[in-house]
Amino acid sequence: MSPRFEPIVGRYLNMELLGRPHRLYVEEAGQGIPLLCLHTAGSDGRQYRGLMNDARVTANYRVIAFDMPWHGKSSPPAGWQNEEYRLTSRDYVRMILEISAALELERPVVMGCSIGGRIVLYLAHEHAEKFRAIIGLESSPHVAPYYDVSWLHRPDVHGGEVCAGVVSGLISPTAPETERWETLWHYMQSGPGVFKGDLHFYKVDGDIRDKVDEIDGRSANLYLLTGEYDYSCTSEATLDIGRRTGAEAVIMKGLGHFPMSEEPARFVSYLLPVLEKIRARPAVAAE
Amino acid sequence: MIERLAELVNADAQVVRRGRFVNTTFLVEVGDNGYLIRIADGRIVAITPGPFITPNYSFALRAPRDAWQTFWQKLPPPGFNDLFALFKRGLLKIEGDLHPFMANLLYFKDVLAAPRKEAAR
Repeated sequence: MSPRFEPIVGRYLNMELLGRPHRLYVEEAGQGIPLLCLHTAGSDGRQYRGLMNDARVTANYRVIAFDMPWHGKSSPPAGWQNEEYRLTSRDYVRMILEISAALELERPVVMGCSIGGRIVLYLAHEHAEKFRAIIGLESSPHVAPYYDVSWLHRPDVHGGEVCAGVVSGLISPTAPETERWETLWHYMQSGPGVFKGDLHFYKVDGDIRDKVDEIDGRSANLYLLTGEYDYSCTSEATLDIGRRTGAEAVIMKGLGHFPMSEEPARFVSYLLPVLEKIRARPAVAAE
Repeated sequence: MIERLAELVNADAQVVRRGRFVNTTFLVEVGDNGYLIRIADGRIVAITPGPFITPNYSFALRAPRDAWQTFWQKLPPPGFNDLFALFKRGLLKIEGDLHPFMANLLYFKDVLAAPRKEAAR
């Protein structure tokens, strides 16, 4: 195998975020319409490596993924050792808007998966005009706790092993081994308590059930894609959002909770028609 | 299926390595039939079928027979592909001292899924 660089470029962005200085890692590839990608709980932007390496996507889209604070190569804010990380819907929305502004993105398409698929529902509800289109992967309005998340952060259980163990079954059994274990590796590398802190948003704070009917999926240009093997964000939950908001909802065969990471090529086959539709629509928001 | 578990697990060096620090006895119930499964250093050293008088185990996994049978298909349908999928659907009950289970979750998922290796489809 001859050495080659991927087209992905990564840089560190220093900025004030949520009122505190942060050092954030941001990757991108491609040119055209900005596509701001949000990773899942307890993981990082590497989940979008397949998209950034797919010329069919990057020919017309500038694919950008940042690691959330505490995740991947982004640092936690100074003083983190004395606090418990807990993500809230309020902070998550602000984070996305502030980073989008810092990157000077003009009405980007935003696409998020899992917690990202949840927060884009908040964006569609409160800030639709700031985005050219909104794509929710594995979107559900609420997931009730079904196991005790305190197992994810305690000194007598290895955090990386248990986080990967908890999410392993969310990957489709048909996913290629290499991509499956790459996806799990990201979970194994997550910092102590970070996955658990994200799940505070996913299972407690980020309950948007009572606002779903107020989302106008058509004017927000909202698209929903969910893998059939996802038992966390279920097909039924996604289809229900589609019915109630008018968003286009598609269930993806042979994919689970991490479509962009567990089998990128299969996921791109579902994403490309959405990206083409977005490109075909006028860029200016309807007044 | 459960009776074959020892052979299937012990023949898989990667699974045994993953569980090399596991030493416990846990209970699996397939419908009305219980099995005590004893693990030593990641290998299954005994499978004792019930009925039991005073069974001694760390944790128990209980599901109806048809749920396990669907779970053990070579390519299980959505909702049956993982232990957590089963218990989110309310088909699997997990109880007892969960520490060995959660601390070795990838291992126990491999152990319980081992019958898929021999499944026809």
